This record gives sequence, C-alpha cells and structure tokens, in this order.
Amino acid sequence: MVFSRTRQLRTTKRLTGDRKGDHYPFSLQFYQLPPTENISLTEFETFAIERLKLLKSVENFGVSYLKGSLEYNAKLESELRKLKFVCLAPNDEIDDKVYDIRRKDHISHFILRLAYCQSEDLRRWFIQQEMDLFKFRFNLLPKEKVQEFLRFNDLEYVAISGEEKDLLQHDLMNSTFGLSTAKLEDCEFYKVPFQAALDLVRPRKVFLSKGFAFIPHKDIVTLILNDFRTRLSKALALSARSLPVVQSDERLQPLLSHLRPYNMTSNVGRTRIPMYRQSFELSSKSFPLCMRQLHKSLREHHHLRHGGRMQYGLFLKGIGLTLEQALQFWKLEFTKGKVDSEKFDKTYSYSIRHNYGKEGKRTDYTPYSCMKIILSNPPSQGDYHGCPFRHSDPELLKQKLQSFKVSSTGINQILDLVKGMHFQLACQKYFELTHNVDDCGFSLNHPNQYFAESQKLLTGGRDVKKEQAPMESSQANPPSQVTSSLSSSTNVTSTQSEEMEDLEQILSEY
Amino acid sequence: MDLSVYEPASLPDLLPLYYRRLFPFYQYYRWLNYGGVVKNYFPNREFSFTLKDDIYVRYQSFSNMSELEKEMQKMNPYKIDIGAVYSHKPSLHNSVKSGTFQAQEKELVFDIDMTDYDDVRRCCSSADICNKCWTLMTIAIRILDRALYEDFGFQHRLWVYSGRRGVHCWVCDESARKLSQAERSAVAEYLTVVKGGEETIKKVQLSDPIHPLIRKSLKIIERYFEEYALLGQDILENKQCWDKVLSLVPEAVRENLLRDFQKARSSVDRWERLKKSLGPLELKKGANSAKEIMLQYCYPRLDINVSKGVNHLLKSPFSVHPKTGRISVPIDVRKLESFDPFAVPTISMMCSELDNVSTIEEDQADANEGEPDVKRRTRDYKRTSLAPYVKTFEQFLDKLDQSRKGEMLLKSDLKKEF
Ligand code: SF4
Ligand SMILES: [Zn+2]
Repeated sequence: MVFSRTRQLRTTKRLTGDRKGDHYPFSLQFYQLPPTENISLTEFETFAIERLKLLKSVENFGVSYLKGSLEYNAKLESELRKLKFVCLAPNDEIDDKVYDIRRKDHISHFILRLAYCQSEDLRRWFIQQEMDLFKFRFNLLPKEKVQEFLRFNDLEYVAISGEEKDLLQHDLMNSTFGLSTAKLEDCEFYKVPFQAALDLVRPRKVFLSKGFAFIPHKDIVTLILNDFRTRLSKALALSARSLPVVQSDERLQPLLSHLRPYNMTSNVGRTRIPMYRQSFELSSKSFPLCMRQLHKSLREHHHLRHGGRMQYGLFLKGIGLTLEQALQFWKLEFTKGKVDSEKFDKTYSYSIRHNYGKEGKRTDYTPYSCMKIILSNPPSQGDYHGCPFRHSDPELLKQKLQSFKVSSTGINQILDLVKGMHFQLACQKYFELTHNVDDCGFSLNHPNQYFAESQKLLTGGRDVKKEQAPMESSQANPPSQVTSSLSSSTNVTSTQSEEMEDLEQILSEY
Repeated sequence: MDLSVYEPASLPDLLPLYYRRLFPFYQYYRWLNYGGVVKNYFPNREFSFTLKDDIYVRYQSFSNMSELEKEMQKMNPYKIDIGAVYSHKPSLHNSVKSGTFQAQEKELVFDIDMTDYDDVRRCCSSADICNKCWTLMTIAIRILDRALYEDFGFQHRLWVYSGRRGVHCWVCDESARKLSQAERSAVAEYLTVVKGGEETIKKVQLSDPIHPLIRKSLKIIERYFEEYALLGQDILENKQCWDKVLSLVPEAVRENLLRDFQKARSSVDRWERLKKSLGPLELKKGANSAKEIMLQYCYPRLDINVSKGVNHLLKSPFSVHPKTGRISVPIDVRKLESFDPFAVPTISMMCSELDNVSTIEEDQADANEGEPDVKRRTRDYKRTSLAPYVKTFEQFLDKLDQSRKGEMLLKSDLKKEF
C-alpha cells in the first residue's frame, strides 16, 4: 500500500529532571506520553481548572463564530494568552517561561483526560474541544516547522509517485482549489482511505478514486486531526478502564468529580415555567424569522417534515410549551390535514414525547442554536426549516421582508449582511428594525434568546432571566464574559447534538 | 373479470399465495446470510412488518431461513422492511440490558423518490410517474452507480424498484456494511449536489474548479438532456416554464434572453440561445449557469436521512407495494434503458399466471407428489413474470459469492506466506 506510517516508541524520552531538555520543542503537542513527574495537589488543581476554562471557551467561540474565521481566531488567541497557555518564543529559544507554559499544557491535558474519560458523553465533548484547539494551534505553526513536527511525533504520510500524479493530473487539479499545472508539480498528494478524510469528502474538496482520497499537502491537517482523534479516543477508552484505581485515591477523587461541571442527564426543561400567559398568537410576534416561517408553513400545510418538527418543536418547548400542550398543539394542526387522530397518535406522538424525554433514552432535548440551524442539516425538497437568512434565496428573503413592512433601507442593510455571510447579524438587524431599537444590546446566537429578548422589550422586562434557561448552551452573555465558574451547570453542545442525531434517526423513520 | 388487474382490496387474499409459492426465500436468505461468514449475522438482523390496518411491528428477527419462511407465511405482511444487524437478537431487544442493544452494521442504502422532483417535471406530480419522467430515475442510477463504483470503490450495488415511484440502492460490500454514521453521511453529502428547500430557487451553485464528480455526472446528463428535458418535458415550451429557467441565469443576460425566447420556436432552439448568451459572459459569475440548470433539472435527489442512519429501515426487495400491487424487483443495470416500471409484475398478475399453469398441470401432475417444498417453489416463480427479476438477483448474489471466495483465498495465501 502506498500509505504507511512508522511507529516506534520513544522510550528514551522521560519528562523528569532536566528542565531545559527538548521535551517540548513545539508550540503544540500530540500528547502521546503522559507526564511522569510529581506534582503538587495545588498545581494539579490550578492546571485542571485553567484548562477546563480554556476548553469551555473553545466551545463557546465555536458556537458563536464560524470556526477558522478572523473573529474566532482572534478570540481564541486572546483567551490562550489570558489563561497562559501560549507565549511567543523569540527565536525558537525555549526558556523557562516557555517551558513552564508547555509543561502546563501537557499536564493539564492529561488531568482532564482522567476527569473526562468516564462516559461516552464526556469523552465526546472533550475530544471535540481538544480537536478544535489542536486545529487552531496547528494552523499557527510556521510552514517549515510542519514537517519537523510530524517527524517528531512519528506521523509520516507517504506521498504518491510522480507517475501516479501525472496519470491523475486532471482530476487532481479539478478537485483542488487554486492549483495550476505549474504548482501541481511541487504539490505532494497523500493517498488514504476516504474514511480518514471525511471533512474533505463531505464538501467534495478532494479527489476520490476506488475508495481512496488524494489529499493535497495543504490539507494535511485533516489527516493529522483524524489521527489525533483516533488516538485520543482510544486513550480515553483505556483510561476509563483504569479509572477505578484513580477513583480510589482519596486525594484525587473529590477533585476529579469537581471537574465535571456538566450534569449530563438532567438539564433544561426541568425548571420550565408555564407558557406565556398571553395567547400563543401573541407571543408569536416574538418569533425569529426561522420560526415564523415554520409556523406559517405548518398552518398552511397542516404538516411539517421531520427537520421542521424538530427545529420548531424544540423551540416551542424552550419557550415553555409543556408536553401536554405540545401534543395538543401538533395534533390540532396535523389533524386538519391528511392525518387522522389515530394515525397521529401512532406516528407522531411518540416522537413528541421523545423530545420531552418521555421515551427512548429519556434524555430531555434542548432547542437548537442558530449555529446548529445554520450549519447542520440544511433544508432540502419539501423542507421549511433552516435559517431564512442562510437558506432562502436573497430574492425571496427580500420579498418576505417587504411583506413584513421592513423599510427598503433596512432590507438593503440586511441583504448586505447576508451577502457577507453574517446571518446572525442580519437576524439581529431584523430584530432591531422590527422592535424599533437602534441597538438590540445582545449578540444573537439562539432563537430562544431572540424570543426572550423580544419579550423583554414587549412586556417591559419582567422575568426574562428564567426564559433563557432552556438553551442549547447558555450563550446569553457575550462569550468574552463567559469565564465559567466550575460549578455552573450548563449544557454541553456537542453532546446534545449527538444525542439529537439519535432522536432524528427515530423521527426520520416515519 | 380480469383477475390480473390489481385491486388493493384483494391483497389479503393474494398474500398467502405469494408467500407460500412465489417469494424467493432461498435467494433472499442467501443474500442476507452473506455466506455465513460472520456468526449471527442473519439472526441479529432486524425485520419489520407492516400488517393489515397499518399495524407496524418492529424488531422481528429469525434464526434461520425456515423460521423466516414460517413466520412470513403466518403473518403475511403487507410490507417488509429491513433494518440493521444488531449486537443481540432484535426480538430480544427488551430483555437485554439497556444501552447494550446497538445497531452494528447495515448495507449502505440510498432512496430516490420521484416526489422530490416535483418542481422540475411537468408531466406528473407527487406519487404519479410516467415513462417520460422515469428517465430521471435512469439518470439517477447511472450517476450514482458510477460514483459508488469509481469514486468509492464499492463493487456490490443492488438497485431495486420501490414498487411505485422510486428506486433504492443497497451497497452490500463488507466495507460499506461497516461504515459508521458519520462516514455514511459524508458519502451521502459528497453525492448531494442539488441543495435547498422550498425557499430556494437556485439549488445548484458550482464553484471553480468543477469537481470530477460533477464533471462525470454532467457527461451522463448530457446524453439524456435533449431527449428528456428539451423534447420530453419541453422545459422551455412557454413563458411560464421558461421564466422558471431564466430565474436561474445571471440577471445581466436575463432580459436579452427573454426577448430571444419569444422569437424562438422550440425548447431546443431556446436552449441553444441560452447557452450562446452565456458563452462570452464577461462576469465570471454565471459562466456555469447552463451546467447548473442541467444539474438542477436532472441530478439525482437523495433523501439523505435514509442513508445516514445505521439503524434506518428500508423497504425490502421482493416486498409488495400495497397501493400498486407491484413487487419491489431488482433492476438489471446493464439493461437499464429497457427497464419499464409499468411492466413490473403485480401480485395479482403473478397469481393468475400461477393459476393458469397449475390447472393445466394438475391433470398430469400426480407423479410429482411428495416433492420437497423448496423445489416446488423454485419452479413456481419460474412460471411467472417474476422469473427474470429473480435471475438478476441471483447474478448479483453470484458476484458477492465470488468476491467472498476471492478474499478468503487471499487471506489464506497471506497466512501461508508468514
Ligand atoms: S439567525 Fe438564528 S434566530 Fe435568526 S432566523 Fe437564523 S436561526 Fe433563526
Ligand atoms: Zn411523468
């Protein structure tokens, strides 16, 4: 096979003694070997807490900004600096300061492994944040250092031969952005099973042949990340098995459980307060455009396909619709259409009860955030879900805004934001225009937040704090302020979305 | 009364006969048992039955062929769905510790349904199909079959007519059956080109350079486009329909084309003008408009949710479609152009074929009494119009067997070397 990788254990490397050693030659690590030195409990605790803060920020930024965008990078960089996980190493010299920072990176990663290896949900969350962090740091690595880094970590990807490259020339060029014939000669391609490069396969950014993906050198990070994920998830599974030993350590036990601030099973909805006293139609004035669109289509067709049922149903749950109310609401609409009451009970009520954690795994599901709506499961034929700022044709969006009596200057402002791919900002602008405020005073990232803020304005600010509880991840404050105290019990986005998929599977069977 | 015309009301009377004498149990088991290489592969497979009055029973499973056969003959399902291979016998799913009962493997499946093309076909809508729009399914199979083989390297692709208005594909390679949910959705997304819901007008946006998948798919569409879209569907016949097409070209050329179109005589003529007007386009944007229109009108539209889930159920081959009475039959891709959904046998047609022969034979058949059941069934379906479809299925199974043997040889060879 063309693709191979050598693995030798570096048994000679030990992380004790000699502070100036070459243990941490790079600004990022693959975390292959655990630390072996002794560390004090206080240090243990601070390291752990700081890394947890960092990972939570990684999660928050990933929800609020497009990963890899300028804003995202800037936020993450300043956070890394603030929590002392990075510092500039002038001319490559690894002085004490740099060494300490990298050591902290190393040790804190391994402490959190212990805290986060215990359940599938925790592992998934941890892996996701660590991957995002790794990716961010890898992209900062100077080009000439990349090969060195790969060699140091025994990651070697074998490139295809010149002959093979010539043979595939056209296909390779047509699947790689900005590659001219001249550049093709210098560009290496790595041939791997397509399963190792899903992030490139999905958007068709790579050439596929007979089950192999041909990865251009510039996208090598995909392969590395895939390796990173595979190894980390194996390691976590192993740690989980040795956990009883750790847990029996009286000193560590309380610390570790303290580090798991996420109460993974109980969440939203428990504290749900009753639906607004006003009638339903009245509160629908506070619906963001995405929900208005779903509501309208439901009223028109007396039906919504499962993507719509999920997005709208969970939103309604988030604003306080109880299970009984939800069953009533959906049944009323559906039975006006082609579905009779018996069929409704048989086919749809299960999934609604499921949404409320009354069936299946009995997880209470949380409403979708804007990011999730914008990025995942785009609407297709017959669907009305999604974000109108992202998924509607600008022309249709314009018409719709006109019909809502938005001024033409307002419409142009919105469309400009859409053009620049700032969908949430566009939605925020729409909020400002329809609520007659100059500055809405919040940064939008959740439809339920939109609703709560609107209600605050319309009803004069009573009782809104509680409304924000049922959100996918508590994003009500601007992320820079989220310095997450360890005991706060927020929800975990990635976990929620994984479980969601499971629910979606059940739903899509109907 | 013509017994061969299907009446949904007669289904309960016909099903027992179908399952007793016609359903190809032997081949069916041979498929899902996959050579018995993995223990419990068949017993841990989920089947679900739809019975009379829409009663839906999930998590059926059977230890072997004769159990499957007996159960089907007892329950006489209106419809059969196939699910995943689970960690335990699905029939026991309530008695295993919760959380341990998990879907482990399944064929990679695709579902293409004609209703998803309603905005681009003029001949029929929703559940209806005709020979004109069926070309869309032909194109879909051509495009996906090529990509699954050439791009993903899958060898064993079983295409099946759904019995009414669409087609299914079962990719049966071992590597396909083992794909995770994330991998399945990546494959499905890679293959999805037409995007957007009811609120999107332009559903295809090409970027430069055009990916090989699209290039190769366009080559296929080109073979059908004039005949199907310009002559058959006549997509530029009158103002109402060409307005739809014009909403997909850049605004800069729209007005000129509008004038041009009024002068032209036919869809073919108008299409030529459209292509010409896009040729010298200064703005790089829109240079691909003609291609994008072709894709929007002809590229296969997948139901991605069906492909994604390992535990998603899909209607089984050789199941009956309760509304049309037609059997879900395998399609011979080598003779794809001549596949006619309206020629697919209905359950009533086959049952009457069976009647005709049996009355003739009964007179002279005494000698054959006591013949084993399996053999008789083989002969039975062979005397109906189901025969050629079972043959296609068998050829598919032979290929599966062959590569399984090949792999085993390879493995034992490798062992010897070490
Ligand atoms: S930005 Fe968020 S709230 Fe606004 S329409 Fe889009 S998804 Fe809905
Ligand atoms: Zn038709």
